[in-house]
Amino acid sequence: MPEIAIGPLSQIPPGEGRNFLVADRRLAVFRTREGGVFATQAACPHRGGPLADGLVDAQSVVCPLHERIFSLATGQGIGNECVIEVFRAKVDEHGVVTVAI
Amino acid sequence: MPADAQVCNCNGVTKQAIGACVEGGAKTAKAVMSKTRAGMGCGSCKGLVNEVVAWFAGGALEEDPSIHYYVPSIPMTKPALTKAIIAQDLRSVSDVFRALSTDGQEDALAKPALASLLITIWKEQYDDQRDARFINDRVHGNIQKDGTFSVIPEMPGGVCTPAQLQRIADVAVKYDVPLVKVTGGQRIDLVGIPKEQLPAVWRDLDMPAGWAWGKSYRTCKSCIGDDYCRFGLGDSMGLANKIEARFRGIDSPGKLKLATAGCPRNCSEALIKDVGAVAIGEGKWEIYVGGAGGSHVRKGDLLCTVASEDEVLTLSGRFMQWYRENAKYKERTYTFIERVGIDRVRAVVVDDADGVAAELDAAMERSVAATADPWKERDEPKTENQFADLIPVEA
Repeated sequence: MPEIAIGPLSQIPPGEGRNFLVADRRLAVFRTREGGVFATQAACPHRGGPLADGLVDAQSVVCPLHERIFSLATGQGIGNECVIEVFRAKVDEHGVVTVAI
Repeated sequence: MPADAQVCNCNGVTKQAIGACVEGGAKTAKAVMSKTRAGMGCGSCKGLVNEVVAWFAGGALEEDPSIHYYVPSIPMTKPALTKAIIAQDLRSVSDVFRALSTDGQEDALAKPALASLLITIWKEQYDDQRDARFINDRVHGNIQKDGTFSVIPEMPGGVCTPAQLQRIADVAVKYDVPLVKVTGGQRIDLVGIPKEQLPAVWRDLDMPAGWAWGKSYRTCKSCIGDDYCRFGLGDSMGLANKIEARFRGIDSPGKLKLATAGCPRNCSEALIKDVGAVAIGEGKWEIYVGGAGGSHVRKGDLLCTVASEDEVLTLSGRFMQWYRENAKYKERTYTFIERVGIDRVRAVVVDDADGVAAELDAAMERSVAATADPWKERDEPKTENQFADLIPVEA
C-alpha cells in the first residue's frame, strides 16, 4: 500500500481531526494530545456524521451527531456494532504526516 | 405497560429490550442506558427508563457510584472537583485529566463538561484548549445532520433594524442558503451553511453571534411591550435588550433560554423559560425561574418581585451564577430547581442566607467581562484550518 504524504502535522491542532482529500478519498486524520496520529474513513457508518469534527482522546473518536464511539487504532465501535475503516498513519522525521492508502 | 411499548422514542428502545438487558446481567440503570442507548437521546424518558429497569431488577438493582461524579473518569462530585481544581490551580482540561482522573488519561466525552466547569471557575484566566470543545463551540454554529451549520445572528427580543433584516436576506441570497427559518427564540436561522463559508457569512452579516449552539445563555424572547401594546405594563423589549447585552454567551451547565413579558398575559411565554421577567405595572417585575417548554414542560417558580429593571438584571444574574456553580453538567434549571427546591434558591439568591450574594454578583460580572463575540474569529482563527471542511493533498 503506497504511503501518501498529506503535509505537515501542524495542519491539525492537538486533540482534533481534519478532513483530507487523499487519492480521491475523504479521510479523517486525527492528532491526539499524546502525539498519536490516526487516519479513518471520514463519515460515521451510523448516519454519515463528520468524524473529523468529533471529540478525541488517546484511543477514540466520538461522532458529533449521535455520540457513536470508535477506536482510532482498530476502527472497532465501542459500545456499538459499527466498524470504521482505518489507515496506517505516521509522522516522518520532517514532521510530515503520511497515510497508507 | 405492554412488553413492546416503546420507552425511549429517540433510540427506539422497548420495555422488553430493557428487560432483556437486565436479564443479561446489567445491574445499574446507567449500564442499561449505555447498552441499549435508552434515555441517551433527548433524555426526557430517563425517569421512565429508571423505573422500568428497577421493575425488571426487582430488589437486585445496584446504584452506580459514578452517577454522582461530575464526569465518570474522575471520582468526585462537582463541589469536590471544583475545590480540587482551585487548590491545585488547574487551568486547562489537560491539566485536570493529568492531575485528577483515575488513570491520568483523557476521556473524550468528559472534555466539554470539564471545559464548562473550568471557564466558570477561571473566567479570563481559563486556559482554553479548543479540542475540549464540542464542534459547535469550535466553529460557533449548530451542526446539522449533513455536517453543515446553522447561523443565527443576535436578535434580542426578536427585534432587528430594517437594514439588518435586509442584510440577512442579502446573505441568504448570496450564499444560496438552503433554508431560512424563524426559530422558537424569535430569531432568523440561516440553515445549511458549509463550515468553510462560516467566516464569510459572518463578515457579510456584520451582526454579533446569537450563541444559538451551546450550553450557554442563548437568547431573551420578548413580547412587544408598552411601547406599542395597549395592555403593556413594562418595556419588555428594552429589558430583553439589556439582558442579552449583559449575559450573551455566558457558559452554563445547560442552555439558558430567557424571556420578558410586558404584562401577565405572557405572550412571550416567560413562565416557561429558565428565567422569565413579567411586568406587573408601576415599574415592578416578577422573576420566574426553572420554567420549561421543551422535552419537559414546567411552569417556572416565582423567585421574587422587584421594583426595577436593574434589579431584574442583578437577581437573574445572581440566580444564573448560582446555577452555574452548583448544577450538574447538562442539568437544566428546571431539573436543578426540583432537586434543590425553590425555597433554597430563594434563600440564597434573594435573602442572601449563605452570605454569598456579593461573591455571586462579582463572579458573574467577571464572566460577562471575559465573554467576547466568537464570530470575530472570522478574521483571527484560533486553530489551524479551524473552518476547513476538506484539505486537498497535492499528489
